Amino acid sequence: MARQEDAPPPAAAADAAAGGRRGRRGGREGLNPPSWLAGGFLLPALLLLGFLVVYPIVYSVVRSFFDASGDFNGLDNYTGVFKGHDNLVAVRNTAVWVVVAPTIVTIIGLLFAVLTERIRWATAFKLVVFMPMAISFLASGVIFRLVYEQDPDKGVANAAVVAVHDTFAGKTAYPGAGPRAGQDQPVRAEGSGDGVPVVTTKPVEAGGSALLPLLRVKPEYLPDKPVPARTAPAAKPGQITGTVWFDFTKGGGGTPNAVDPTESGLPGVTVQALRGGKVVASTETRADGTFTLAEVPPGSYTLRLPKDNFTAAYGGAEWLGSTLITPAIIGAYLWVWSGFAMVLIAAGLAAIPRDALEAARVDGATEWQVFRRVTIPLLAPVLAVVLVTLVINVLKVFDLVFIIGGGDPNASVLALQMWTKSFGEGDQGTGSAIAVLLFLLVLPAMLFNIRRLRQERK
Amino acid sequence: MSTEDSLTKDSAEVPAADGAAGAPRRSVAARVVGRVGGGVAQVVLVLVALFWLVPTLGLFVASLRSNQDNGSSGWWTVFSKPSQLTFSSYSSLLGKGDFVDSFWNTVLITVPATVLVVVIASLAAYAFAWLEFPGRDWLFLVVVALLVVPVQVALVPVAKLYGEIRVGGFHMFGSIVGVVLFHVAFGLPFAIFLLRNFFAAIPRDLLEAARMDGGSEWTIFRRVIFPLGGPAIASLGIFQFLWVWNDLLVSLVFADTGSQPMTKWLQSQMRQFSGNIDILAPGAFISLLVPLVVFFAFQRYFVQGVLAGSVK
Repeated sequence: MARQEDAPPPAAAADAAAGGRRGRRGGREGLNPPSWLAGGFLLPALLLLGFLVVYPIVYSVVRSFFDASGDFNGLDNYTGVFKGHDNLVAVRNTAVWVVVAPTIVTIIGLLFAVLTERIRWATAFKLVVFMPMAISFLASGVIFRLVYEQDPDKGVANAAVVAVHDTFAGKTAYPGAGPRAGQDQPVRAEGSGDGVPVVTTKPVEAGGSALLPLLRVKPEYLPDKPVPARTAPAAKPGQITGTVWFDFTKGGGGTPNAVDPTESGLPGVTVQALRGGKVVASTETRADGTFTLAEVPPGSYTLRLPKDNFTAAYGGAEWLGSTLITPAIIGAYLWVWSGFAMVLIAAGLAAIPRDALEAARVDGATEWQVFRRVTIPLLAPVLAVVLVTLVINVLKVFDLVFIIGGGDPNASVLALQMWTKSFGEGDQGTGSAIAVLLFLLVLPAMLFNIRRLRQERK
Repeated sequence: MSTEDSLTKDSAEVPAADGAAGAPRRSVAARVVGRVGGGVAQVVLVLVALFWLVPTLGLFVASLRSNQDNGSSGWWTVFSKPSQLTFSSYSSLLGKGDFVDSFWNTVLITVPATVLVVVIASLAAYAFAWLEFPGRDWLFLVVVALLVVPVQVALVPVAKLYGEIRVGGFHMFGSIVGVVLFHVAFGLPFAIFLLRNFFAAIPRDLLEAARMDGGSEWTIFRRVIFPLGGPAIASLGIFQFLWVWNDLLVSLVFADTGSQPMTKWLQSQMRQFSGNIDILAPGAFISLLVPLVVFFAFQRYFVQGVLAGSVK
C-alpha cells in the first residue's frame, strides 16, 4: 500500500513543468511533457521488474554453473538434469506434456467453438466449460484426486469405467464363490484356483431339475434385499429348471445341498446347458435363484456356471498408478484449459468475414470443405496464439502435478523437479539449471511475441 | 435513412452477438442437414457440459458428507440417501484457527497484490502509451519479452535476496510483504502490456484537450486515463486477483506458517489424502468459491482480458 503514496511526488512536481514547455514544432509536439517525467511514472514498475524478474534471471544463469555448496562445476548441473532415473522421467514427462496437452486442448477448443456456433445456449455452455479456469490448480487437483480414486465405489472415473465395462463384458456376479469341497457333491469346480467354471457332477436330463449350491459368497456381493431361495418348479418337457443359491444358513444349521428356508437365492448367475462341450441353451437366474432353460432338445446335459460368474470383479483403471498417472493429470489439465482455447477460437471464428464462407458455399463447397479450406486457414493465426500460450503454460505446470501426483516421481515434470531440487533437496545449483532450461524453452515463445508486436506496430 | 441504419446495424451485430447467424439463402437439403447436425451437436454439448460439471459437483457433495461416508461409498450415493448430507466438515474446518488464519492471509496477500499491480502498471502503461522518452519502444519490447518468463527462474534468487532483507524484527523471507511484491513483479509485464494497448487506443484529442487546459500529467492520468481505462483495469484486476488467490508455488517458497495462504495450508494437509477428505474437500471448496463468485460476477471482463492478453 505504501507504494500508492510513493507515486504522486514525481508527478506532482510535473504540475509546474507541464505548463511551461511549449514547443519547437508547434502545438502537438510542444504539448508533450518532458521525457524525465516518464521516469517518474515508470519508476515503481522498473524497480520491481529489475529486482524481482530481470536480476533473478541473471542470477539463476550464474548460479546454475555452481554446485549445491557453491563451488564452480561448469555444465555439470545441466548434464545432471539428463542423468538418473527420476530426472529422465521428468524430462520425458515434460516432453509428453508439451506435445500432447496443447494439441488436445486446441483440438477440443476448436471442436467446442465450432459446435457452439449453432446452438442458442452457447453462452451457458461456454461459462460451464470456462469455469475451471477461474479456480486454482490446487482445488482442481483435489477435485481430480477424488475423481481418480481407485475404488470404483468412490472414484467417479472408475465407477464410469466399470459401468461401461460391465455393460459390454458382463458383470461379475459372485467373485470367489464356488462349490463345496469333497466328493459326491452335486456340483464341482472345473479346474482349480479362483475364477473357474462350476459344473454339475451328474448329467441332467431334459425335462428335469437340478440343484446348484454355492458357498463362499462374500456378503458385499449378496443382493441388498436377498430373496429366500426356492426349489425350482418341475420342468416341462423341453426345459431344464433348477436353483442356484447360497447354501449357507446364518447361525448354523441347515442341510447341506438342500434349499433351506432362510438361505438366499443368487440372482444374475449365468447358467448354460452343455452337450458334447457345446452350449445348447443359456439363461440367468431370477431373484430367488431359480432358472429355466427353455427349448432344450431331449437328451442329457451338463449344467455349467461359466467362470465369468466368479472371476474377480473388474476394478477399473489404475489412474494414479505409474503408467497412467501422467495421462491422468493431463486429463485434469484439459478440463481446466479447454475453455481458454474455446473462448479464443470462438472469438476468432466470429471475426471471420461471413462473405468468405458464403462465397465458398456459393461455389458449391460442402460444409467440410468450407471448414477445411476456408475456416481453418483463416483461423491459423488464432490457433498459433492458442498453441504458443498453452506450450508456455504447460512448461510451467507445477501445482497440478504436485497435487495429483502427490510426490510420485513417475508424475514429475521439470517445473516440479526444479522446486524439489531447490527447496526439497537443497541443491540450488541443479534447481537453477532446470529453471534456466525452462527459461530457454520459452525463449522461442518470447521471440514469437516480440515479432507479433513488431508486426502490429507496422 | 434512420431505419436503414438501424437495420444494417442489427444485421451486423447479430453474427457477432451469438455467432449463430446462418446463411441467408440455403438449400432445403442443407437446412435439413443443418438441423440434424444441430440436434446431434446439442446432445453432444449437453453431455460435455455434464462432463465438465460432474467433477466440481463431486467435490461439493463430498464436502457435505462425513469422512466415514466418503470412505465407504461414492458421493453420488447422496442422490439415493440424502440423509448423508451434513455441514459438520465445514463447521469443524471453520473452527480450526490455522485454516481461518490462512483464509485471511489469502485476502491480505491478494488484495494488495491486485491493487498494487493495477496502480503501478497503469502508471507505467500511461508512460508507454502517451509520454515520449528515449528508448520507449525498446523498453516496451523488454516488458513484452518478460511476459513469458517462468516464475521458476526467480525462485532461488529471490529467496536469497529476501533472506538478506532484515530490518529490525522484520524478515522479508516468510513475510506477506515478500509474497505480495513477488506477485506484483510477475504480474506487471502482462498488466503493462494489457493496459498500454488499451490506453493507446484512447483518442489523442481527449488528451490534447486536457493538456491544452493546462492539466498536469498526473491530473490527466487520474481524471482522463484511469476512468476511461475502466474496462481494461477491471479485466486486469480480475486476472491478477485470480492469479494471486489461486497461487500455490510462490507461497510455498516465500510464505511461512504464519503468512501462508489457504492453498499452502491445504497442500500441507494433502499427505493423508483419504483420511483428510473432511478437511480437503470443504477447504478446496471454500478456496474456489471466491474465485467462482468473482468469475460469474465479472465474467465479461474476464473473457475480455483473456482475449486482449492473447490475441492482441
